[in-house]
Amino acid sequence: MKKTKLFAAIAGAGLLVLSGVFVAADHIDAPAVAGTTTDIADLFAFEGDNPNNTVLIATLQGPLVPGTITENASFDEDVMVEFNIDNTGDFIEDLVIQAVKRGDSMYFFGPAQPAQTGLSSEVATFAERTAVKISTIDDVQTTTNNGMSFFAGPRRDPFYFDFNRFNGVISGSVAPDGFLPPGEATDFFEGLNVLAIAVEIPNSMLGSAPTHVGEAVGISNLPPAYNVWVSAKRKQ
Amino acid sequence: MKLYRIKLLILAILASAVFVQCDDDENGNVIVQESCDDGIQNGDEQGIDCGGSSCEPCIGAFDFSGTFVQEDIMGRPGVNTVFSGSDNVKNMFNVSLVNDRASFQPTFEETLEDYHDVYGDALMTTIDYETNILGLDAPTFTTVLAQFDALQVAPDGQTTYYDPTTGAVLTGRTLSDDVIDISLTLMFGGTSGTRFDGNNGTPQLTSDGVDSGDRDFSLPFPYLENPIQE
Repeated sequence: MKKTKLFAAIAGAGLLVLSGVFVAADHIDAPAVAGTTTDIADLFAFEGDNPNNTVLIATLQGPLVPGTITENASFDEDVMVEFNIDNTGDFIEDLVIQAVKRGDSMYFFGPAQPAQTGLSSEVATFAERTAVKISTIDDVQTTTNNGMSFFAGPRRDPFYFDFNRFNGVISGSVAPDGFLPPGEATDFFEGLNVLAIAVEIPNSMLGSAPTHVGEAVGISNLPPAYNVWVSAKRKQ
Repeated sequence: MKLYRIKLLILAILASAVFVQCDDDENGNVIVQESCDDGIQNGDEQGIDCGGSSCEPCIGAFDFSGTFVQEDIMGRPGVNTVFSGSDNVKNMFNVSLVNDRASFQPTFEETLEDYHDVYGDALMTTIDYETNILGLDAPTFTTVLAQFDALQVAPDGQTTYYDPTTGAVLTGRTLSDDVIDISLTLMFGGTSGTRFDGNNGTPQLTSDGVDSGDRDFSLPFPYLENPIQE
């Protein structure tokens, strides 16, 4: 650090302290969505038990304390959760899988090319659709259709992180020590739940994957890879 | 009334009685038990033979019209939380497009350096970000984080955020991947990955010290555990 930046850095550190609680991976990530039904907690994407399939999991509204808070948590009929798949490498969604709650079920649409890309979406009612009953804490419901599997409901939060210590680490309050050693560190999310939406889909439905974006910044030997993100959109 | 009309009327009444009788006979019971294939909405069904406690969910029975506008978005874990720095930037990030984030890169790089400065100040020395194990310097690393914020997911081969045993990197994100330790190593580990690992008097900044504990990641679809109950 340059000495000329010292004041700025001290001010910056102060701001970090003042900005208060940080929660990751995306749990309660920003004040405008924290505590709302569009608040995404996490995104996972991995090969399924069937190696020809990819699993997409989004978690929302976390963290949920066990008991009545988890039991009363529910998906919002005005919210669309959208898995976005870019299979050309331009970071614009080529395919979407949308999830919208109606009644006691989650309705999935896609994968399909969306009528429009970007910040605003309509439900792809022209696409393949599947409904699965939303699970409860003791009634797990899954549905399969056309080689795909679907789930929506409360689950244990798979994310693990000593987030209280992290806040101290980035604020400087535990500097210069940093994080705690195993055994002393605490997993904040260990006893907490989330609402989850899971889809397992044959790769044959996702098109061929583009050149891995890491190649563009000099990381070598990377396999072709889709770019995948999840968004939560509210009905206007 | 003429006689033949009376006869016709009696005939009609008899005929309708016969039809009713036939109907009863066919069902075996006048009160029909609701079922998911009787062609009518009954019981707690939400549509004809769908929804409710015993039938398949209804398809096409609901209104899906309207425009839905983005309020939150996520690609890689922790990006907005860790690098946006201020509440205002975090809110803006969540309503931005993945392919339109060049303006976030300077903020991300500044935040990355601020985190290092916190430890430089505490140790009364100068600490800057050092090129990480992927060979990315600060501008490139924060460009990748800001402008390409998606999970890269390989349809063929291992899917993982980073697996130190195989060397596979950025090909997905499994439930068990320790994305925090991986991210901290990319932020604070330097070229060796062990720059600030708590050894040799350094701060511990490359691992948060927790693993997945007693979580079970070996389950079939949906791969997630039942909720924790009280």
